[in-house]
Amino acid sequence: MITLPEVLLLGTLLFCISVAGIFLNRKNVLILLMCIELMLLSVNINFIAFSHFLGDIHGQVFVFFILTVAAAESAIGLAILVVMFRNRDTINVGELDSMKG
Amino acid sequence: MTQIIFYFFGAMLLLSATMVVVIKNPIHAALFLVLSFFSSAAVWLLLNAEFLAIVLVLVYVGAVMVLFLFVVMMLDINLTTLREGFARYFPLGIVIALSMAITMGLVVGSDYFATATYKQVSTTTTISNTELLGRAIYTDYLYQFEIAGAILLVAIIAAISLSMSKSKITKSIHPTEQVNVKKEDRLRVVKMKTENKEG
Repeated sequence: MITLPEVLLLGTLLFCISVAGIFLNRKNVLILLMCIELMLLSVNINFIAFSHFLGDIHGQVFVFFILTVAAAESAIGLAILVVMFRNRDTINVGELDSMKG
Repeated sequence: MTQIIFYFFGAMLLLSATMVVVIKNPIHAALFLVLSFFSSAAVWLLLNAEFLAIVLVLVYVGAVMVLFLFVVMMLDINLTTLREGFARYFPLGIVIALSMAITMGLVVGSDYFATATYKQVSTTTTISNTELLGRAIYTDYLYQFEIAGAILLVAIIAAISLSMSKSKITKSIHPTEQVNVKKEDRLRVVKMKTENKEG
């Protein structure tokens, strides 16, 4: 039988891996987007675990909405990425310094 | 038995997530992301979230990851410049991930919130997970559901308008030019002799 702390620990480890991935691949926008997807996945695992162990369907409704927003986010992010590559011929974050921010 | 399956898919999820982070080729990273989505869908199936597990496979693996793969294959990226700083930031990333894991693990793993006492709620009711979720979405969360649809519509319009190129290939109508067109621009009157039909 699965217990709640095991599932929460799985979500925690997945979140830590994706945070480390953001630190390691800080030049590559594609891998950064993938790491954000992994973070959202770990949050969803937590929601579903609590929904299962509390017997409450509303956690799964939240996961549904998170999936919707994540799909929209990745679509817009990839569109921005394509436009950026078309204009600058690179997806390196270090070279995006035209705004001098 | 369910615990063994849970540990198997959980280990597969963590391993494939690690491969997404550390692997060099972005195509392989996207494929490992697909594997991690599949294994987490299996974990969700073990937690009786059947509808969302299927949605994860259909929407994420079927649509979003295919979009990722398209973009990765379309872009001609220089991998060596993108990998610079990987070795330099490796110790920092490991330290931060470990400290976060220890902190959150102490909260989650301790019995302060008595999380271990939660028992699996019996799901022997005749109503299925999909029907339960549908009843919640179409009654309590109806307005939020419509907002989600509006968000998706906005995302479609934003993605198309961002990535539509301004080059000559794009077919578009300019109403001002179309209104200002005169008859002489489009119509040419040709003077010629009448031809005999019989030859």
